[in-house]
Amino acid sequence: MLETDEGQVRRSEAAYSQHAASIALTVNGESHQIQVDARTTLLDALRDRLHLTGTKKGCGLGQCGACTVLVDGRRVVSCLTLAVMNQGKSVTTIEGLAEGGLHPVQKAFIERDGFQCGYCTPGQIMSAVGLIREGRTRSDDEIRENMSGNLCRCGAYTNIVQAIKDALAQGLDDPEAVRQAVEAIRQDAERGE
Amino acid sequence: MVPFAYIAVATPEAAIRRTAEGRGAEYVAGGTDMVQLLQEGVRAPLELVDINGIAFDDVSIAIDGIRIGAMARLADVADDPAIRERVPVVSSALQESASPQVRNMATVGGNLLQRTRCLYFRDATTPCNRRVPGSGCPALEGQNRINAILGGSPRCIAAYPGDLAVALVAVDAEVLVAGPTGERTITVENLHRLPGDAPHLETVLEPGDLITAIWIPLAAAGRRSHYLKVRDRTTFEWALASAAVSLGMNGDTILEARVAVGGVATKPWRLRHVEEMLVDRRLDHALARAAGERAADGAEPRGRNAFKVTLLRRTVERALLQIGGLA
Repeated sequence: MLETDEGQVRRSEAAYSQHAASIALTVNGESHQIQVDARTTLLDALRDRLHLTGTKKGCGLGQCGACTVLVDGRRVVSCLTLAVMNQGKSVTTIEGLAEGGLHPVQKAFIERDGFQCGYCTPGQIMSAVGLIREGRTRSDDEIRENMSGNLCRCGAYTNIVQAIKDALAQGLDDPEAVRQAVEAIRQDAERGE
Repeated sequence: MVPFAYIAVATPEAAIRRTAEGRGAEYVAGGTDMVQLLQEGVRAPLELVDINGIAFDDVSIAIDGIRIGAMARLADVADDPAIRERVPVVSSALQESASPQVRNMATVGGNLLQRTRCLYFRDATTPCNRRVPGSGCPALEGQNRINAILGGSPRCIAAYPGDLAVALVAVDAEVLVAGPTGERTITVENLHRLPGDAPHLETVLEPGDLITAIWIPLAAAGRRSHYLKVRDRTTFEWALASAAVSLGMNGDTILEARVAVGGVATKPWRLRHVEEMLVDRRLDHALARAAGERAADGAEPRGRNAFKVTLLRRTVERALLQIGGLA
């Protein structure tokens, strides 16, 4: 279950409703304080205010997944959440993935040719990182099903699945993902599947 | 998007106070439907009341039932061991809803209240009685392939789009509602209204009402259950037809039955006459076929959605075969 820091919520709660607000966001480990209109989506705040244009705007309606980022470690579509709703949250975008060199998922996408035009690729990669954290990678079908929120009009799906499997094989699984995968397998075994 | 004010609240009391005052305030939780509606100009609230600070997000097992906090995210409830084990119909319906990203964001309370996918409701440039009362319904004679064949009226044939509510009807679930005058419970079956003459009134909720939890009685959780969703593509798509089936069995004899269907009706739709056909009968191919044949009784297809009559019959039949291990 999600944990809610009640104290943090109360501190962020405006005493009165506002058409614009100053919000604190941690993006790729860096703290920002930005003034946003209440209508600004998290996606637009990232691109237009923080100039992190790696996150792409596709449909703007949650259907294509190009705008996928991690919020507090979970993958979301940044077009369907308002920036003000993310006060105090920690956001990871494609720009924040590489540490000292490309992230293993980024490397695997390049090695497996997991893209053509590249527009959907930041969203695909962020979604893949979220997917691996969720541990939903026990078969090709499970990977495909759980990458379904990311469309690729060039049709690079086959190589995207291969890239995710490569990244997994390189031991990308973090301990929590491994624990969750083991737990899921145990539960399936108990149900006789 | 028209300008609106925003306020985050941390308690149900504060939330209810804002929206009960009748100043055009609306709740936002996961935001996955609301932000679409704002972007498309379908909704224009004066104020959004962000209820994400209300920490009703756990799944808990009591002696007589399962309680799901309304703020729990779809992905968390789908994965919850108790939900998976006791009410697989609910777990499956959630797992087959939306996309992984949206399931991480959307709340179960908000999901019950998601708005129809009718093309005319979602297109603010066209008339729609549900969006603008009295403006007309182009779907009656127009692009109505995804619209309802059951529960429609001459004013509206918009299909209720959700999966979770359909599954919850099959397990006798209720919603707990807090409002300006206190708390009450409403069965999920009675939460949504038929469109009738007032399709803009979608639920029995009143201004200020806030869904705080979903309650599944343990008696229903003891039954065998199954969800079958049929759609244009195998994932990340709304149902063209779906069936949520919950059966109390003794061997292969059905003692108690719930059959609810989605994608085909203006609200989560219970097929009581089909349930009655199943009780005290042995679940076999013939019974599943006979029950499926009656599933679309009373349907009123309107052109492009006529295929849903056969689709619904086959969906119910197959769901019964699957739950009986006969498929």
